[in-house]
Amino acid sequence: MERTQRVLRRAKKAEAFVRHLFFVFSLVAIFTTLGIIGMLFFESALFFRKINVFSFLTDTQWTPLFYEKHFGILPLLCGTLLTTGIAVLVAAPLGILIAIFLSEYATPRTRNICKPILEVLAGVPTVVYGYFALLFVTPLLKRVIPSLAGFNALSPGIVMGIMILPLVSSLSEDAMHAVPQSLREAGYALGSTKFEVATKIVFPAAFSGVTASFILALSRAIGETMLVTIAAGSMPQLTLNPLVPVMTMTAFIATVSLGDVPAGTLEYQTIFAVGLVLFLFTFFLNLIARRLRQRFREVYQ
Amino acid sequence: MKSTLSTDILLVRKRQKEKVFLVFAALALLFSLIVLFTLIIDALLDGLPRLNLKFLTSFPSRRPEEAGVLPAMVGSIYVTVLTVLFAIPLGVGSAVYLEVYAPKNRLSAAIEASIATLGGVPSIIYGMLGLELFARVLQLGRSLLTGALTLALLVLPIVIVSTRESLRAVPQSLWEAALALGATRWQALKDQILPVAFPGILTGIILTVSRAIGEAAPLIMIGALTYVAFLPRGVLSPFTTLPIQIFNWVSRPQKAFHANAAAGIIVLLAITLSLNALSIVLRNRLEKRAPRTL
Repeated sequence: MERTQRVLRRAKKAEAFVRHLFFVFSLVAIFTTLGIIGMLFFESALFFRKINVFSFLTDTQWTPLFYEKHFGILPLLCGTLLTTGIAVLVAAPLGILIAIFLSEYATPRTRNICKPILEVLAGVPTVVYGYFALLFVTPLLKRVIPSLAGFNALSPGIVMGIMILPLVSSLSEDAMHAVPQSLREAGYALGSTKFEVATKIVFPAAFSGVTASFILALSRAIGETMLVTIAAGSMPQLTLNPLVPVMTMTAFIATVSLGDVPAGTLEYQTIFAVGLVLFLFTFFLNLIARRLRQRFREVYQ
Repeated sequence: MKSTLSTDILLVRKRQKEKVFLVFAALALLFSLIVLFTLIIDALLDGLPRLNLKFLTSFPSRRPEEAGVLPAMVGSIYVTVLTVLFAIPLGVGSAVYLEVYAPKNRLSAAIEASIATLGGVPSIIYGMLGLELFARVLQLGRSLLTGALTLALLVLPIVIVSTRESLRAVPQSLWEAALALGATRWQALKDQILPVAFPGILTGIILTVSRAIGEAAPLIMIGALTYVAFLPRGVLSPFTTLPIQIFNWVSRPQKAFHANAAAGIIVLLAITLSLNALSIVLRNRLEKRAPRTL
C-alpha cells in the first residue's frame, strides 16, 4: 500500500515537472517573436533618429556607404519587387498546372513519383540555386538576350520561381484536394467533362486556397537572401529593367554584414531599418495568407 | 438522345482543350525535373575534376587548386549537431505542451500566434537576432554556439509543426486506453504515444537537419568567417560552414574558385539530398503502415 502511494506520488511529480518544463519550452517561441520585433524596432528607432522617415520612404537613391549618403529604400524595394515578381510569374502558372494535374488527373502512382521530385527541388540549399543562376542560367540567357548584364534580376528571378514552385504546387494541390467530392459529382451529373469539372468547378472553389499559396510563396521569395546576393548584384537602382544589376533588401543586409560593421554605428542601424521593412512585408503577407486559408477551411468543413 | 453534329464538334473541342492542358501540365512537371537534373549535372561537370581526397582534407587557401573544405565540413557538422541538441528538445517539448497540456487561454493563443509568425520570418532576420542577442548582448561572439542557437530558433517552428502533426496522427484510442488504466498523461506519452509518433517526429527532424545544413544567410549575419585556417576548438570558437564557403568561392571572379564552389556544392547536395530522400522513404513507409486500427 505504502509502495503504491510512493509510486503514485512519483508519477504525479514527474507529470507536474514535465508539464512545467514543456510550458517553459513553449515560451521560447513567444520570446523569440518578441525579441525579433523588439530588436528591429529598437535599432530602427535609433536609425530614424538620424534619418528622416519621409526621406527614407521617398528618396530615390540608396547609398548608405558612400561619402554622400542617401537613405531611400525605394531602389531596394524595387530590386526585391523585380526578382520576386519574376519568380511568382514563373511559379504561379507552373504551380497551378501541376496542382490541377496532381489533384484531379494523376493516378496514385504518378503522384508518388512526382511529389518527391518536387520536394527534393524544395530541399536544394539556396546557395546552390545562386550558383546555378549566376553560372548556368545567366550565361544561357545571354545567348538569347545579348544585352543581359552578368548580374541581373531576370536569372535569379526565374531560378527563384523554380525554388518556390514546390510551395505553390503542394499548397494549391492541398486546397484543391479539400474541395468536397459532392461538388465534383454535381458537375458530372450536369454532364460536365473531367476537364470542365477541374477548371470550372474545383479550381474556382479552391481559389482562395490557391491565392494563399501564391502569397506564401511571394513572402518566401521576398525573404530569400543567398540566391539574389549571389546572382542579382549589389547595385541599388530604381529600375524595372530585369536585365541590369539590382540590389534587394535581403542582399543589402547580407552584403553589409559581410564587412565587419561595429554596433552602434549608422551602418549597423541601417540594416535593422531595412530588416524592419522586410519583416513587415513578410508578416502581413503571411497574415493575409493565413486568413485566406482559414476562410477556405471554414467554407468546406 | 441522338447526338447532333454540333454537339459532337463541341465535345471534340472540349477533348482538345483537355489534351492541350495535359500536355502543358506534363511539360511543367518535366521542366522541374529537367531543372533539377541540369542543376546536379552542371555542378558535377564543373566540380568533379576538383573533388578528391585532398579537397576534402585541406584548408581554404588563396590558391584555388590547393584550397579545400575541411574546416567548412567540420564546422557544418558541429553547428548542425549543436542546433539539433537545442532545437529537438525545445521543439518536441513545445509541441507536446501545445497538443496535450495547453489550456485554452490567451497565453496558449499567443504561443500559437508566435509559432505561426516565426514560421514566416525570413531566415536572415533570425541572423540579425543572433547577431544582436547572442553575439552582442550575451557576449558569445561569432562562435559556434551563437550559430547553433540562431539556427535552433530558426528551425524551431518546423520541429514544432511536424511534431504536432505526428502526435495528432496517433489514434485517440491509444490515449484513452492508457489513461483508463490510470496512467498520468506523461506516462501515456512516454510509454505509448511518443514511441508510436516517433517515426513521424524523426522524419521532421531529418528535414530540419537538412535545412540547417543548407542555411547560409543567418550565419553570414552573425559573421561566420569565410577564411578559417583551423578547426573549431570548443563551442566558443569561430567557424565556417559549407554553404558559406561555397558562397565565398562563388563570389570571386576567378574561374578556378568557381570550380571549388561546384565541388563544394557536390558535397553539400550529397548530404542534403540524401537526407531528403531518407525522410521521403521513411514517410512512405509510415503511410503504408498508416491504416492501423488499435
